[in-house]
Amino acid sequence: MTEMPAFSLAVPEIWLLSMACVVLVVDLFFPGREHAPAFYLSQLTLVGAGWLALDAHWGMDEVTFSGTYIADSLSGLLKASVAGLAFVVFGYARDYLRQFDLLQSEFFLIGLFAVLGMFVMASAHNMLSLYLGLELLSLSLYTLVAYDRDSWRGSEAAMKYFVLGALSSGMMLYGMSMIYGASGSLDLAEIAAAAAAPDQGGVLMAFGLVFVFVGVAFKFGAVPFHMWIPDVYQGASTPSALFVATAPKVAAIALFIRLMEGGLGNLFSHWQDMAIILAVASLVVGNLMALVQTNIKRLLGYSAISHIGFLFVGFAAGSPEGYAAVTFYAITYAITTAAAFGVVMLLSRRGFEAESIDDMRGLMQRHGGFAVVMIIVMFSLTGIPPTVGFYAKWLVLQAAINAGLVWLAVVAVFAAVVGAFYYLRILKAVCFDSPDEQTPALQATASMRVLLAVNGAVVLAAGIFPDTLVAACRAAFGLA
Amino acid sequence: MVEQTPLLSLLIWLPIIGGAALLLMRSADWARWAALGVSVAVFLLSLFLWTGFEGGTAAMQFVERVPWVESFDIDYHLGVDGISMPLMILTTFTTVLVVIAGWDVIRYKPAAYYAAFLIMEGVMLGVFAALDAILFYMFFEATLIPMFLIIGIWGGPARVYATIKFFIYTFLGSVMMLVALIYLGYQAGSFVITDLHDLELPLASQVLVFLAFLIAFAVKVPMWPVHTWLPDAHVEAPTGGSVILAALMLKIGGYGFLRFSLPIVPEASAQLDWLLIGLSLVAIVYVGLVAMVQDDMKKLIAYSSIAHMGFVTLGYFIIFRVVASQAEPEAGAMLALTGGAVQMISHGFVSAALFLCVGVLYDRLHSRRIDAYGGVAHRMPVFAGFFVLFAMANAGLPGTSGFVGEFMVILGSFQAGFWYAAIAGLTLILGAAYTLWMIKRVVYGEVANEEVAALADVNGRERLVLGALAVAVIGLGVWPGPLIDVMAPSLEQLFESATA
Repeated sequence: MTEMPAFSLAVPEIWLLSMACVVLVVDLFFPGREHAPAFYLSQLTLVGAGWLALDAHWGMDEVTFSGTYIADSLSGLLKASVAGLAFVVFGYARDYLRQFDLLQSEFFLIGLFAVLGMFVMASAHNMLSLYLGLELLSLSLYTLVAYDRDSWRGSEAAMKYFVLGALSSGMMLYGMSMIYGASGSLDLAEIAAAAAAPDQGGVLMAFGLVFVFVGVAFKFGAVPFHMWIPDVYQGASTPSALFVATAPKVAAIALFIRLMEGGLGNLFSHWQDMAIILAVASLVVGNLMALVQTNIKRLLGYSAISHIGFLFVGFAAGSPEGYAAVTFYAITYAITTAAAFGVVMLLSRRGFEAESIDDMRGLMQRHGGFAVVMIIVMFSLTGIPPTVGFYAKWLVLQAAINAGLVWLAVVAVFAAVVGAFYYLRILKAVCFDSPDEQTPALQATASMRVLLAVNGAVVLAAGIFPDTLVAACRAAFGLA
Repeated sequence: MVEQTPLLSLLIWLPIIGGAALLLMRSADWARWAALGVSVAVFLLSLFLWTGFEGGTAAMQFVERVPWVESFDIDYHLGVDGISMPLMILTTFTTVLVVIAGWDVIRYKPAAYYAAFLIMEGVMLGVFAALDAILFYMFFEATLIPMFLIIGIWGGPARVYATIKFFIYTFLGSVMMLVALIYLGYQAGSFVITDLHDLELPLASQVLVFLAFLIAFAVKVPMWPVHTWLPDAHVEAPTGGSVILAALMLKIGGYGFLRFSLPIVPEASAQLDWLLIGLSLVAIVYVGLVAMVQDDMKKLIAYSSIAHMGFVTLGYFIIFRVVASQAEPEAGAMLALTGGAVQMISHGFVSAALFLCVGVLYDRLHSRRIDAYGGVAHRMPVFAGFFVLFAMANAGLPGTSGFVGEFMVILGSFQAGFWYAAIAGLTLILGAAYTLWMIKRVVYGEVANEEVAALADVNGRERLVLGALAVAVIGLGVWPGPLIDVMAPSLEQLFESATA
């Protein structure tokens, strides 16, 4: 174990960390107007990191750094997606932060560290590195949620998030210690070997599995471990909520696949039932609770829970096909949600936070183009073709049906029908209602217009031509 | 086979792209003329389908096939046969009329209004032309988006309730079909619809697949008891929306039975034909009675649509009874099957015409209530002529298109058993009763009130629309031969695969 680690594989992380430090220093000496240098450097960092990740990892399959770091197509794909999503989030966030006098370079800096955590998770091949990445991400997210320090709701949400997050981390750590006890190793490949033994690691391993699984479910926010999601979505300032809602969902895929498939894949028959229960519970609770929400951020939170239910349907299939479907689902869901939050942020203005569904009223009359984006996004979340949301659902359903879980697929589609109702309620406000008379005209900066238009167009175009992303997700799991 | 002109793609994408372009137009006048231009161009192009169509074969024609989602071997695969081709022409024809009918009636965001209808047209054409199950599903679901917006934005007072009900109902139906399609695709290893036809499944799974399709298509048709979204949607939709709903969207359901249920799960269809026949007869008789007591014209026509679509489904599923009771079932069963298919086209014309007639009245008086009218014939003689003609067609008067399909279905049902035909034949009484009673109260009699007295007769634009439909209704009524010839080979093949 004295060989030299292959540093060239870890270039994305190295780049991210170095650039984050550079951004810190640059902002200190050259704050510029509204921290423009820090912002643009951060965006450049993300673009570079995404590109480097794809370049260094795609098509590889190598483990290095004494077995703690893996570079494969999956890590490349997930990292590129995470970087891309963070890029979009930063873009949306900047205008909002400026309007609310919150524009500090810390938002982008903490975001970059969160991205670094997600990168480490995506490449983890050892429980230690996995946990390290997860905690880096979580701590950054707690800070982001509390970013607006004068908002008591933000502080409350951050507190809740922190306590529950710490609890779940503790559970996961406890489970990991048991798995370590059963297998004698932290290396995921060796754990997999231990789980393949005739006794499957014994009772200790089974207990460890349950604790780890609960920890993972907490991080996803699957029912019954979902309580933090609505509060965080509602309480955090919208850019922070947007960040929590997008990239970490993709990173959570990495967490699940590295741990459950890579490490504990041989115990699939044990955790499949848990995945099914979480799937059904999340689909039912998420959709039903979303029906009665009037706060749009809270509604998107419950809607996220229902989408997490869909992810667990794919996990329950337990096949490479299912994992590929879930990866596709998470990436496209994050892109779609980004646009939804983008519209919410667009409608907010100095001193006024657009939060209620009623605040969306008459968007069509105020600005047809943004209404079209909202129509596309809502139908994508519902799963209506030709938007990309349909494709995501289709892939997951197909994986479930091919794995023999037809009844679970039926439950999932029924839940989707229930879900249609609250997305339509938003569309009703956007398209059918008239705006309040005292509503001032919409003011959108050019960057906001471009970002939203491109985001909406991607949701539509990826639905009409889904093959590139589908093929990439399948290739990451060795499928043709 | 893309060496010849990709006519079907042109038909589908010209209106969709044209519609999207309309959204960018600032001037309402430009948008109107552009919409008219696109819809007429699409209609003329669709005529090439008719002239270039090769009769005497059940094979798919104008086939286009390009790889689309290669990971799953899903192709962008289009083609038409005798069943879908007439429906496509019906679609392009109706859209032209809808564009003209909305000309100076739609004041609120006319460009978006026309864009929605053009996109709707393209998507509907896609439904009828798709030969890949997933492609079909994409178009099938995509029809919901423009219709949801059309009813919700340009509809009446209770439009939000109506459009959400419409959406949830049809979405609920179609997701079950999605599960069935994925299951079938997994079993067949392909999503090509004709490959699914060759699939031989055990009866138990056939029944489940059949039920999934049934939910999807029964909601669309709509069949009793899942029809309740239709009266609401029709009443609240703007005239154009009602026309598209009745003339085209309902046909997707009937088309689905022909394209999916009968050929893919024939044994389950034969096994459960009692269910379909029963529901169809309920639709014909019970919903006919319901239509009788309506005091809203649009609602009355909506219920009458359900009753008439009952004939379509009756014609499709009575064939198993004919096969069971006749030694030589082919002629009788084909009569019923063809009757159902002809009824789809005919109902497209007749219901479109009736909704447009109500629209003409509504534009003037802003009421759809029957008792708001009376003696319209005194003030609007030309309009009254049209309205009475279409009402007669709705009642199934010989010489109009309404007669052909119904008569064929009843004749075919006779071969299955006297009582089927007798119950179905009740429609001749019921249909005449509710339609003519409405006509009597609206068109004839004394001039009811001052508002009616001030009515102006149809203008040139309305004459054009109603005249074109009158030609279609009478033309199909006296000379249905060409339509039946076009459909015959495809329906024969369908009959064989369904009853083999």
